[in-house]
Amino acid sequence: MRWTTILATLMIATLCWASPAPAASSDDDIPSAAQSGQVTLPDTWRAVRQGEAGFIAGQPASRGVLIQSEGETWRAARNGKLAWYGGLALVGVTLAIGAFYVIRGKIMLEGGPSGTSILRFTKLERVGHWLTAGSFLVLGVTGLNMLFGRWLLEPIIGKTLFSWLTWAGKWLHNIGGFFFIAGMVLIFVLWARDNLWDRYDWGWIKDGGGLLKKGVHPPAAKFNFGQKTQFWMVIVVGTLVASTGLNLLFPFTLGDIHLMQVMQLVHAGLAVVMVLFILGHIYIGTIGMEGPTSAVTTGYVDREWARQHHSVWVAEEEGKTAKPAE
Amino acid sequence: MARMKFLCDAERCIHCSGCVTACKNEHEVPWGINRRRVVTLNDGKPGQRSLSVACMHCSDAPCMAVCPVDCFYQTNDGIVLHNKDLCIGCGYCFYACPFGAPQYPSTGNFGGRGKMDKCTFCAGGPEVDHSKAELEKYGRNRIAEGKLPLCAEMCATKALLAGDGDMVSTIYRERVMARGFGSGAAGWGQAYGKKG
Repeated sequence: MRWTTILATLMIATLCWASPAPAASSDDDIPSAAQSGQVTLPDTWRAVRQGEAGFIAGQPASRGVLIQSEGETWRAARNGKLAWYGGLALVGVTLAIGAFYVIRGKIMLEGGPSGTSILRFTKLERVGHWLTAGSFLVLGVTGLNMLFGRWLLEPIIGKTLFSWLTWAGKWLHNIGGFFFIAGMVLIFVLWARDNLWDRYDWGWIKDGGGLLKKGVHPPAAKFNFGQKTQFWMVIVVGTLVASTGLNLLFPFTLGDIHLMQVMQLVHAGLAVVMVLFILGHIYIGTIGMEGPTSAVTTGYVDREWARQHHSVWVAEEEGKTAKPAE
Repeated sequence: MARMKFLCDAERCIHCSGCVTACKNEHEVPWGINRRRVVTLNDGKPGQRSLSVACMHCSDAPCMAVCPVDCFYQTNDGIVLHNKDLCIGCGYCFYACPFGAPQYPSTGNFGGRGKMDKCTFCAGGPEVDHSKAELEKYGRNRIAEGKLPLCAEMCATKALLAGDGDMVSTIYRERVMARGFGSGAAGWGQAYGKKG
């Protein structure tokens, strides 16, 4: 009984020894571990392919990782979904705004300006707006350049100039982020209360904000529902973009390379969403409507414009103070 | 034209780190950067193996694909090189690389990494062959002298193979056949596999 077992074992061992015969394999034409009979470490090599770390004397543990295949996932997501869907959305929204301009035209001030003005935003409010907006413009342009510049700008201006611009852009982006955070904190403190839901919002939504039909002006307080949506988008998405951005600025402080990859995707993806919203904001604040732009430059708007778009706010302001605006 | 590849035979690597030292000395790689590293698996346990790894000069190189300033290029030999004058030190190639090859002179915050450095397969960079600028930025250009990477040349046990991919795989296949065990060629599928 016992010797037969030994004999059988020996026979199997001899067979294995005699027939390494590696045929075709998965890794090019290299025989795979499974096909050669003896001292193979299939589990070890599988673990290595799945990112298992080995040991290197005197170096951080992360350097022991031989194959980090998540990098390919990150690459596919960034160069694939993010770049394509992000790019399509940017082009799509720009075209949609253009179409809206062609169809609806500039929303004019009905009956013309009244000639008297009213203070819409104080100096501090305007500083808050431009701290956020100015830094956002820089961050948006330099950020989009990091994602799309290589395909759109580099072929036109050449590698050397493009590299220099992108290098400068990266530094502006790194520093601009702090101005954006400061601006965001300021506008949150100044405007959060005025951006809470109020009784006029439902009416504004039902009337489509008066955007689609001429002569429709749903009542609104200091901010209408559209502006409130924009505001909370900036605060919520902006906070996420800023916090992921800080993580990219201080790499590997909170986590490993996989966290960095996720952070980059979240940062870039949400930033594109933000740019899409802000495109609409810039449009309606400038070429899309007559009257509102001066609110963030001089601070004053025409009283008639204010009555049409923020009737409740005008009434409140006029009730607060008997004396007319300067 | 030959298609240059690296292969490390884990059954032969004795973890002497001669490849790391040879590379560092040949290219005068700055402090804090090792273009090549030797990783030990199952350290101190049965089945302990060591592997030398650096840039594998992938067929469809992820670093090349994600670089925002397009500073990488691939030679006719399949060697992946980069232009340090264009590099902005963003770190994206390091996020993408499966082998952790890209290195940076500093690990500072604010993206203060400096210009990326990695294995050049001893093929220098975009500067004029054997120029001072090439030596200072990328190290020596042995390929232009008709030589192969020094790490593999210096390998005492000939565990690390570098050269024409077909010859490298032939040598490795013969070894595996002769000894009848120990294969795997870690990283080959990842670097040269699917994408030709």
